[in-house]
Amino acid sequence: MKKYSVFSLINNAFSYHQNWDVAWRDPEPKKEYEVIIIGGGGHGLATAYYLAKNFNIRNVAILEKGWIGGGNVGRNTTILRSNYMHNANNLFYEKGMQMWRDLSQELNYNVMYSPRGILNLAHSDAQMNTYSRRGNSMRLNGIDAKLLNREDVKKMIPFADFSSNCRFPIFGGLFQSSGGTARHDAVAWGYARGADDHGIDIIQNCEVTGFDVSNGKIKGVQTSRGNIKAKKIGLCVAGSTSLLAEKLNMTLPIEAHVLQACVSEPIKPLLDQVVTFGAGHFYCSQSDKGEMVMGGDLDGYNSYAQRGNLPTIQHVLTEGVALFPNLSRLKMLRTWGGIMDMSMDTSPIIDKTHIDGLYLNCGWCYGGFKATPVSGLTFAHTIAKDEVHELNAPFRLDRFNTGHLIDEKGIGTKTWIS
Amino acid sequence: MLEIKCPYCGKRSQNEFAYGGDATIKRPKLNTEVSDEEWDTFVYYRKNPRGDHLELWQHISGCRQWFKAKRNTATHEIIETYELSSNKEEHS
Ligand SMILES: Cc1cc2nc3c(=O)[nH]c(=O)nc-3n(C[C@H](O)[C@H](O)[C@H](O)COP(=O)(O)OP(=O)(O)OC[C@H]3O[C@@H](n4cnc5c(N)ncnc54)[C@H](O)[C@@H]3O)c2cc1C
Ligand SMILES: [Zn+2]
Repeated sequence: MKKYSVFSLINNAFSYHQNWDVAWRDPEPKKEYEVIIIGGGGHGLATAYYLAKNFNIRNVAILEKGWIGGGNVGRNTTILRSNYMHNANNLFYEKGMQMWRDLSQELNYNVMYSPRGILNLAHSDAQMNTYSRRGNSMRLNGIDAKLLNREDVKKMIPFADFSSNCRFPIFGGLFQSSGGTARHDAVAWGYARGADDHGIDIIQNCEVTGFDVSNGKIKGVQTSRGNIKAKKIGLCVAGSTSLLAEKLNMTLPIEAHVLQACVSEPIKPLLDQVVTFGAGHFYCSQSDKGEMVMGGDLDGYNSYAQRGNLPTIQHVLTEGVALFPNLSRLKMLRTWGGIMDMSMDTSPIIDKTHIDGLYLNCGWCYGGFKATPVSGLTFAHTIAKDEVHELNAPFRLDRFNTGHLIDEKGIGTKTWIS
Repeated sequence: MLEIKCPYCGKRSQNEFAYGGDATIKRPKLNTEVSDEEWDTFVYYRKNPRGDHLELWQHISGCRQWFKAKRNTATHEIIETYELSSNKEEHS
């Protein structure tokens, strides 16, 4: 792989940027691999990258039914944070935050990591109490958290509604200064280029349609481009997990739901942080292009359609306008949706399965983008060593039978409420 | 916008309804021995099909009745809705 640098940039300027190397090859699938990763989203690409980099396993293929980055990794609102309550989530996501810090150097690809801080607003005394509890839990795990009062918040976002007749007055907020955003496409492309550089085959337009299992051991997959054998197979298909699990006669504690997001027309720099509204579900950040990137609730019914309905967008933006009245003047550029693999306790699953050589990575709900590096790291470990990494040890599938749930939201099994 | 036909009130906008999830999961029978596995399956495990899905809805901002709907999870088409008491449970 030719490194990207200021010198390669200048060099290529002489040939009008016509002679850059392709970032990854477009190989024909081989008959057999040591490991097959199904799904060329962020998690699949990162897993393959760390299999090669950390475990020297290079005879690997990533099978993607569409194009890499066409799934949720290219559809999310790019928020990075580790502001959880439970230790398992705190430690896992904080390892991820550490990896984001030097991911651009690691991949020699600018993922535009921007630690601009994330501010969760509180609108009542009770909410301030919950946030101080959560902040303490974070600090005990070495994560930066700061409880802000109303005046602190006013300095950060003076254009929010601080008027006296506001329906949900801002009492303060919980701030994680290391939280922020990264460019989602660049994360997929950076990992793809890195994986390809290690000799991994990225095979697009290759849909997995079935599995070959014999005597409780995985042997290979059937795909739209023929049968391919493998010793080990890792599932990283996010919203499509139940569909592939069904082909293995597995039922999972997962429901598919559509989550929408939208962006406004671009405006001059207004919002420096990622801000979430605490009296409902609305979150917002401003992209480098100047668009306000906004999201909120799931549409709220099982869905495999990568599009939602207008009432949810309207509901989310109503909350947005309640928080930032000046948003009401903006035109929306576009809305889109992605399919969330909602697990029954809103925490992920990274584990082995009862089928020898088959590994499962799913249950990311609407928060899996920030986990991309650490999910890849721990899933690669789980596949290579056939045992879980200490960071994903709490995220095993059998927790739904042993009772060791990591119920961050406390909403029970009505995943669509979250 | 989904238009959902409440079996009692007729077609109304989705804004008036609340979702209740998969209508095919069956609670283990009362007063019988229930294994851990049966219970966990009931509470957590879902078929989660792509295609026809039998589900519960409540006309929460209307008559407040619960009812069942058969809806396609890939297209969002609502095929039919009917009262809870009706025993039409083709897929289960
Ligand atoms: C609107 C929206 C906003 C979000 N906001 C955030 C956020 O702010 N922060 C955050 O951390 N997370 C966020 N998320 C969640 C995050 O995007 C996901 O949790 C994460 O991207 C999922 O992992 P992935 O990247 O591997 O998934 P994907 O990119 O969906 O990858 C899965 C891939 O598997 C492929 N596939 C499926 N079936 C098959 C098959 N049979 N054969 C071959 N390939 C197959 C798909 O085509 C897809 O490319 C958001 C998601 C959405 C939709
Ligand atoms: Zn009604």
